[in-house]
Amino acid sequence: MSEQPVSGLMPFAGLRRRLRDNGFLKSLRTPLGIIGVIFVAFWILMAIFGPLVEPYDPLAQEFDRLQAPNATNWFGTDQVGRDVFSRVIASARVTIPISVFIVVVSVCVGSFIGALAGYLGKVFDEIIMRLTDIMFAFPSIILAMIISATLGPGLKNAVIALLVVSWPSYARIVRSMVLTLKSSEFVIAGRLIGRGVLSSLIVDVLPNVLTSMLVLLFTDFGGAVLMLSNLSFLGLGVLPPDPDWGTMVQNGMGNFSAWWVALFPGLAILTLVISVNFIGDALQDSLDLQNVTSHA
Amino acid sequence: MTNTAESAEPAAQSPEDGAATARKAGADTAPKRRHPLARYIIRRFFVCVLLVWGVGTITFFLTNVVPADPAAALISDKVAKSNPEIVAAIRHRMGLDQPLRVRYFIYFRNLLHGDLGTSSLTTNPVSRDLARAFPATLELSIIVFVLTVLISMFLGLLAAIHKKTLLDKIIQVFSLFSISMPGFWVAMLAFYIFFFRLHWFSGGGRLDSSLVPPPTVTGMYLVDSLLNDDPVAFTNALSHIMLPALTLTFLNLGSLIRFCRQSAIEAEQSDYTLGARAKGLPSRTVTIRYVFRGASLPILNMTGLTFGALLSGAVLTETVFSWHGIGEYAYNAATSLDLNGIMGSGLLVGVIYIFINFFVDILCGILDPRVRVQ
Repeated sequence: MSEQPVSGLMPFAGLRRRLRDNGFLKSLRTPLGIIGVIFVAFWILMAIFGPLVEPYDPLAQEFDRLQAPNATNWFGTDQVGRDVFSRVIASARVTIPISVFIVVVSVCVGSFIGALAGYLGKVFDEIIMRLTDIMFAFPSIILAMIISATLGPGLKNAVIALLVVSWPSYARIVRSMVLTLKSSEFVIAGRLIGRGVLSSLIVDVLPNVLTSMLVLLFTDFGGAVLMLSNLSFLGLGVLPPDPDWGTMVQNGMGNFSAWWVALFPGLAILTLVISVNFIGDALQDSLDLQNVTSHA
Repeated sequence: MTNTAESAEPAAQSPEDGAATARKAGADTAPKRRHPLARYIIRRFFVCVLLVWGVGTITFFLTNVVPADPAAALISDKVAKSNPEIVAAIRHRMGLDQPLRVRYFIYFRNLLHGDLGTSSLTTNPVSRDLARAFPATLELSIIVFVLTVLISMFLGLLAAIHKKTLLDKIIQVFSLFSISMPGFWVAMLAFYIFFFRLHWFSGGGRLDSSLVPPPTVTGMYLVDSLLNDDPVAFTNALSHIMLPALTLTFLNLGSLIRFCRQSAIEAEQSDYTLGARAKGLPSRTVTIRYVFRGASLPILNMTGLTFGALLSGAVLTETVFSWHGIGEYAYNAATSLDLNGIMGSGLLVGVIYIFINFFVDILCGILDPRVRVQ
């Protein structure tokens, strides 16, 4: 086992080694990396400790309507007199966990299907690949829109829609990685000492694709945030009155003289997504994984 | 991107297939082999037809199997509960009382006749609605496509040549901004700044409401107003299209810039570039004839996908600018539960994408012999 590229008993050993050897932490010490870490840390803290930070109840309509930003309401108030700052903070509690959930589940499901397709080959592979082809024929926003509209608007259905839309690309990526690994000596050796398909996938293949999958997970988190807020903006995601960045921007759309209603939630999305992307770029650079995404 | 990996597969099968044809032909007369390019095109076409069938099946599944009761969605809950006979009548009229496989069959028969059903939102045939919406999207897509491809190729290749310099970093950050901004928000910002504050361009819609749209020839206002010799309508249409076009261009730039940069860097690191340098060719020649040329194929592939995605209508941008194209139609259909409308727009979008892909594949096959023969 020790001769294998990465030991199956310590699935994260390879990742740790590569992070150390490539100076990942050092690579984050660029200006962009630092900005990314600061903002991501900020939003994670807001998602966890939000209720302690929010000055007011995000649902309470307790102020004058459409107040410009001032000392009491830092980001102003909206059409029904809710504090925009409190609502922006409160949205993080919904958006961040849900986006993490979407990315993690679709990476797991997609990788599993893709790995099986690559490993088993033949008919199963053919069926899965044609299915992903068909899914790719729809732009993801249109497909997600159709699914969540037919299921009925709401957060649960939006999540289902985004899961359905996002697994195929992971299946494709993992499949192509498995295809190259399948014929490598240590996998064949594993099969020869009697490993079945599943155990071979888990013990021999998984540790070697794990690093790339984790990077993907990270870089695609931003995409999940954007898609979720797109659906919410279209009225198919988080439903009012619950605070959500997408619905808040939608709220501000009709009323341009009150620019603060739409500006701040949009800035929240931008800062979160771009800092995740800054870190993702640093990760890719340090691990030299630029080609991960081009497998798709 | 999906295509580079994918296009290799059919090509990989071609030797056996060629052998099979040769064997079969050899049985009666001299072996007759089709030109590899022709064989490649035919193969891609069959894949295309298969995909169109798949897209049709998925839209059927989504709109007929997934919703609990499409008939009940048409009328309010209260009416549905108190008058089950109304629901039954609607179900009968929509053909929903038929078994699923009969509906599937009828659905495909209608599709082949170009019948996408009637929209419950506009009460028009969906196919006519889509035919009216398509030119608006096409007009926008063409402008955005040209702008995006030119700018992103320029910036992407520039970044690749000056890799790891300040210029590269600036371009990278710019493209990250383009990727990380929510589309609806950028559209609103553009609307607020350039229309509401600065009054540089016109706001929503395709034309001022005081103007009469030019007589329909192509359905694209810019072209029609020119054909009709109507400079007022032309400048007005131009001023209306600017904001959605610039917004969409900005939103699409990021990923394409990154892709161009990546492709050029990969070509730069390839053996043939190394060979050209070793041969002593001047740096400029290597860059233009080897690096750019090597990068051109993946870039062509990617721009094809971009055009396909644009043609399917930018839902968010079109909605914000009330641009009456495919995207806005799909949005209206989806939010008012107009199942035929959703199904029709989904289908159209999927089919457009598949055929654009088909043409890009053929272009790649013509440009690069490796794609068509293994």
